[in-house]
Amino acid sequence: MFTRHDSLKPAYDVVIIGAGGHGLASAYYLARDHGIRNVAVLEKGYIGGGNTGRNTTIIRSNYLTPEGVKFYDESVRLWQDLGEDFDLNLFYSTRGHYTLAHTDAAMRTMRWRAEVNKHFGVRSEAVDAAFVKRGIPNIDMSCGGHAPILGALFHEPGAIARHDAVAWGYGRGADRRGVEIHQQTEVTGIRVQGGRVVGVDTTRGFIATSKVLCAVAGFTPRILDMVGLKTPIYIHPLQAMVSEPIKPWLDPIIVSGSLHVYVSQTARGELVMGASLDPYELHQTRSTLDFVEGLSSHMLDMFPFLSEVKVNRQWAGLSDMTPDFAPIMGVTPVEGFFLDAGWGTWGFKATPVCGKTMSHTVATGRNHPLIEGFTMDRFARYQLTGEKGAASVGH
Amino acid sequence: MKILVCPLNGPRPVSEFAYGGEVRVSPDPNTCTDAEWSAYVFNRSGSSGVKYEWWCHIASGFWFVALRDTACDKVLATYPADIVRRGLPPLRDGPASVTAS
Repeated sequence: MFTRHDSLKPAYDVVIIGAGGHGLASAYYLARDHGIRNVAVLEKGYIGGGNTGRNTTIIRSNYLTPEGVKFYDESVRLWQDLGEDFDLNLFYSTRGHYTLAHTDAAMRTMRWRAEVNKHFGVRSEAVDAAFVKRGIPNIDMSCGGHAPILGALFHEPGAIARHDAVAWGYGRGADRRGVEIHQQTEVTGIRVQGGRVVGVDTTRGFIATSKVLCAVAGFTPRILDMVGLKTPIYIHPLQAMVSEPIKPWLDPIIVSGSLHVYVSQTARGELVMGASLDPYELHQTRSTLDFVEGLSSHMLDMFPFLSEVKVNRQWAGLSDMTPDFAPIMGVTPVEGFFLDAGWGTWGFKATPVCGKTMSHTVATGRNHPLIEGFTMDRFARYQLTGEKGAASVGH
Repeated sequence: MKILVCPLNGPRPVSEFAYGGEVRVSPDPNTCTDAEWSAYVFNRSGSSGVKYEWWCHIASGFWFVALRDTACDKVLATYPADIVRRGLPPLRDGPASVTAS
C-alpha cells in the first residue's frame, strides 16, 4: 500500500513530524492542492499508530464558539466525499448524535450550542425528553433514578468512520503523489539558526529543510523543547474500551456529559465507549481498572440490559490538552516551524480540515483564515477560544 | 489500585486524592512584564519528567506536595505543604531529605 524508502534524502522542501491522520492529511493536501511533493513524513512508530488509531471515531460539528463551529463544519463537509477521493471505504456512517442533558444548566448549554450552530448553518436542535426516547427507545430515561434525562442537543450530521482507513487513505494518496513516508524514524532534534529552521536530526541521519510541521498529538511538548517554545499544553491520558460484538441495536451516537460517557455501535456490532480524561498528568498509555468500573457503571445507568455484555479491550492515548479546549495551530515565533497541536480529546473529526488548513499555512507561510482563532499567541493576548462547553463530557 | 502516601494520613488509594498541578512560582506581579505574567498564567512544563506537584487528600482536605516522575507515574516522595515556603530542593539534587512524617 505504501512505497518503501530505504534511505532519507539529504533535503526536503517540507518535513512533517508524525504519520497520523493530521500529518498525512497535511502531506496529501500539500501534494494535491499546492504541488509541493518533495515532502518527508517522519514517524517514530507506524502509520496511524498514535491517537488516530486510539480515538472513538466520532465526527461532529456541534461546537460552541463561532471559530469552532465554522472550522469543524468545514471538516464535516470534507469528510463527505473522502472515501471517493481515496477510492477506499472509510465506513463513514451518519448516525445522528445526541448530547444528553440531565440538568437545567446542561439544557441551557444545549440551547446555546443549537443557536450558535444554526446561525452558521449547522443542523443542531435542542430537543425534549420525548424526542430522545423516540430516537433511543432502549434507554432508561431516569438513568437508574439519579440522573433523569431532560432533553438533548440533537445533531443530525453526527457520524462515525473507520479511523485506521483515514490514515491509510491520506497516506496512500500522499505516497502516490511522491511524498515519502518514513516509519521507524524518530526525530531527535530540530536545528534552528537565527530564528529559522534549517534542518532535522533523526535516528537515521540529518535532513536539511526550511519548513517543519509538528503533528504529533501527545508528544508535542517534547518536540517544542527542541525549538525552545513554551505553550500551555499539558498531557493527560484518555482511555477508551470496546465491548464484544452484539446485534445492532444502537443507531445514533450517545453522549452524556454528566455521566461521562460517549458510545456508538460499530458496523461489526461492538460498542465503542469513552469517558473523561485521566485525572492527572502522565506520559504513558497504561490502562486502569478504575476506568472500566466507572464507565461500565455509567453505561448501565443508561442501558441496564447490557449487564451481561463483556468488555473485549481497553486502551489509552496521550492527549495534549489546552486551557480553553481549542487547538493550537499555525505559524510560531520560530520561522519555518509550524504547529498542529493541542488536539486533546477532539482531534479525529478535524483530520481533513487540519490537513487543508495546515497545508495552506505551510505552503504560504501565513495562517489559513479558518485557524485564526487557534493561534499560539492568543494566550499572551488573553483572547481564549472557550470551547470547553462543547467537549463531549465534563472534564 | 495505586497507593499514594499522604504525609498526614499515610498510604491511601489514589482515588482519595485530587491532583492540583505542578508547583509553580509566581513572578512578582508588580514588577514583571505582561509577557512574563501571561507565560506564568498559561504556560506549563508539558514534557515528561520528575516534577513537584500539588495533591490534596480529599477526605481530610489536606494539601501536600508530591515529587513524581510523570513518565512512569512513580511517586518518589511526599512532603507537607510548608516545604514550598521553606524552599523546594532543586530537582537535579534528587528528592529532598524531608520525607513524610
